[in-house]
Amino acid sequence: MNLSVVQHRILWVTIFIGCLLPLPYILYQGFSDNLGAEPAKALVEFLGETSIALLLATLAITPLGKIRVIPKLVRYRRMVGLYVFFYAVLHLASYAFLLVDWDNFVEDLYQRIYVMFGAAAFLILFALTITSPKFMLRKLGKRWKLLHRCVYPAAILVVVHVWWQVRSDYAEAVAYATVLFVLLLFRWRVLLKPFLSSK
Amino acid sequence: MLIRSSKKSDVASSEITSESVYMRRREFIGSAAGIGLAAASPVMLAAPTRSDLIASAAKTAYGNDEKLTPFKSVTSYNNFYEFGTEKKDPKKYAHTLTTDPWSVEVEGFAERTGKLALEDVLKGETFEERIYRLRCVEGWSMVIPWVGFPLANLIKRLQPTSQAKYVAFETLYRPEEMRGQKSVFSSIEWPYVEGLRMDEAMHPLTMLAVGVYGKPLPNQNGAPLRLVVPWKYGFKSIKSIVKIRFTDERPLTSWERSAPSEYGFYSNVNPGVDHPRWSQKTERRLPSGFLSVNRIDSVMFNGYGEEVAPLYAGMDLTKNF
Repeated sequence: MNLSVVQHRILWVTIFIGCLLPLPYILYQGFSDNLGAEPAKALVEFLGETSIALLLATLAITPLGKIRVIPKLVRYRRMVGLYVFFYAVLHLASYAFLLVDWDNFVEDLYQRIYVMFGAAAFLILFALTITSPKFMLRKLGKRWKLLHRCVYPAAILVVVHVWWQVRSDYAEAVAYATVLFVLLLFRWRVLLKPFLSSK
Repeated sequence: MLIRSSKKSDVASSEITSESVYMRRREFIGSAAGIGLAAASPVMLAAPTRSDLIASAAKTAYGNDEKLTPFKSVTSYNNFYEFGTEKKDPKKYAHTLTTDPWSVEVEGFAERTGKLALEDVLKGETFEERIYRLRCVEGWSMVIPWVGFPLANLIKRLQPTSQAKYVAFETLYRPEEMRGQKSVFSSIEWPYVEGLRMDEAMHPLTMLAVGVYGKPLPNQNGAPLRLVVPWKYGFKSIKSIVKIRFTDERPLTSWERSAPSEYGFYSNVNPGVDHPRWSQKTERRLPSGFLSVNRIDSVMFNGYGEEVAPLYAGMDLTKNF
């Protein structure tokens, strides 16, 4: 199935708007007092969950392209990836400035393991974001691919970040871990290549 | 054993007119004048229900200078994992719980043990309203007007023996009505167990609540009978109690069992001892705004140190967290 230029445009706009919609949605819920007694916490969690969902979606794009469900979907992977970082920034900012205050956040950063894992994932996503333009791809050449494979370790860090915060109910963490595990299965050959070839 | 002999002059509880009915007496007189005394009299003679007694509970000086957390927040933002781990789950799902009939099993080192109907647990107790701060171990807090009576009153009636050093409490286990107890992803083992040292249980601040905001406890807040220990993290204040056991050894509480490095037996509010995964120095007093969080400093013993600090004299509360 080949899509026409117009169809691609429509798909692009659809994905662009679709990924943006969670933001006005949560702001609307917040300003209309629908987020319960602790709306700032609900906001932080929602932004984080949106970022994770989109991160897992970007990882699903490659295998989906491979099995030719929707070819050329890979064209939109960068946009979804940028949205992952977009929501990660909002998640981090609302956590650090709104929920816990800056001083507490700095303390969290070196005392709380789950915050460290989140921060490490954030740094990787940041590196991927600033190297996402086409001229960076040309500039980095082979190293670009290696760098962007770091999205997999980032995803693992993010799942640990969620897992570490569980008080008693592992359902959500197990769901993320399962999806990630399945996605990693699709890519294990590629991911282990650097380790296998060095032998 | 306390034997209360009734005198002829005593007024049976069934004869007492509740305050709410009493306060409305002019309505009855007014309506009686209009539609005839016979129509109104059954209302006037009716025994006060538990709801009436809760509504007419005397106000006390406890916390009457505090700004209350609104009823809506108190009853819609709850940790009651028996109904799910989301804050909104208890309100959504606790309506499935049957709270009448209700009984409490008393076990262990006490003269009076066995099954007590809730009516007998409450018999003779005068309800009062106390406004307490509630600090959750997760870092948020509320100010709540509870209605109930001191736990010490009930304990005295049950007459624990000298061997009783601790009191353990259990929440109802009824998975068919409590959907959270069916979750396979939960690290909490049911039934939920909590406990206090005897002197903590006998402390005048420790209360058994049957109501909140002048109404019987909504199910999500631990109907029909819950503990309130205001100087400890909220999870110590066990909900929907069906068992009270007097023991000579420290009970293993549910949270301590699930993560002993994170939740101690005492769990006194202590800004000096962080939870391993988050700070306890400050708290978010609810309700909190969407883009403006109401953050305040946490206080040792949740501000009840004057009353309860002597209970822990000489103890290292960093070790006994």
